[in-house]
Amino acid sequence: MADQQFEILETPIETDEVIKKVERREAGAITTFIGTVREWTKGKKTLYLEYQAYKPMAVKMLKQIDHEIQAQWPDTKLAITHRIGRLDISDIAVVIAVSSPHRKAAYQANEYAIERIKQIVPIWKKEHWEDGETWIGDQLENVPYPAGKPEIKDEES
Amino acid sequence: MITVLLFAHLQEEAKTSQIELEVDRITVDALKKDLAQRFHLSQLEHAMVAINEEFALNEDTIQSGDAVAIIPPVSGG
Repeated sequence: MADQQFEILETPIETDEVIKKVERREAGAITTFIGTVREWTKGKKTLYLEYQAYKPMAVKMLKQIDHEIQAQWPDTKLAITHRIGRLDISDIAVVIAVSSPHRKAAYQANEYAIERIKQIVPIWKKEHWEDGETWIGDQLENVPYPAGKPEIKDEES
Repeated sequence: MITVLLFAHLQEEAKTSQIELEVDRITVDALKKDLAQRFHLSQLEHAMVAINEEFALNEDTIQSGDAVAIIPPVSGG
């Protein structure tokens, strides 16, 4: 399974392994995004997080993001690993690696990937604080899905 | 029979991660209303439904054998 480009793991993420998946001779740049567990959010102290996923669909949606990225930045190669289960402060929750011949596409595609993860990939986090716990949804605090479902670009019917 | 998977707060409210429904056909909208009533699920109006791992619309029809999942607003990353 080590050569899977898109993975949901219950064990710590090895960042180097994700980067290796996008290494290739055509690449002149590799960008890596590492999402980590933050201790303080709006004055509230997080003790630890719990992530849950609808695994088969989550992998499918990560592939959908790749599909969208290939349409917009054709020469990129993408790998994403997201961890689920209990994560402590500073643990790595997600690693996104993108390689491309030139750096601009690698930066742009990488940012696009994390934004899309927060919209269409069925993964949820539960915050555990000193005085309680709650499942987090709709982090952008906007109307989540005005069309009734998230927009899937270039959708195949 | 239709199998419905629940996640996040919905799983905790229903006290189960999976519900089996003895129906042959039901629309997404009707399914949401039925589940909200019988399992006291909150904020279902903000949740989406996936049929066989594809996002579905309220007017779509679920058929016996479909794998259905209720997807509250996601918070990965």
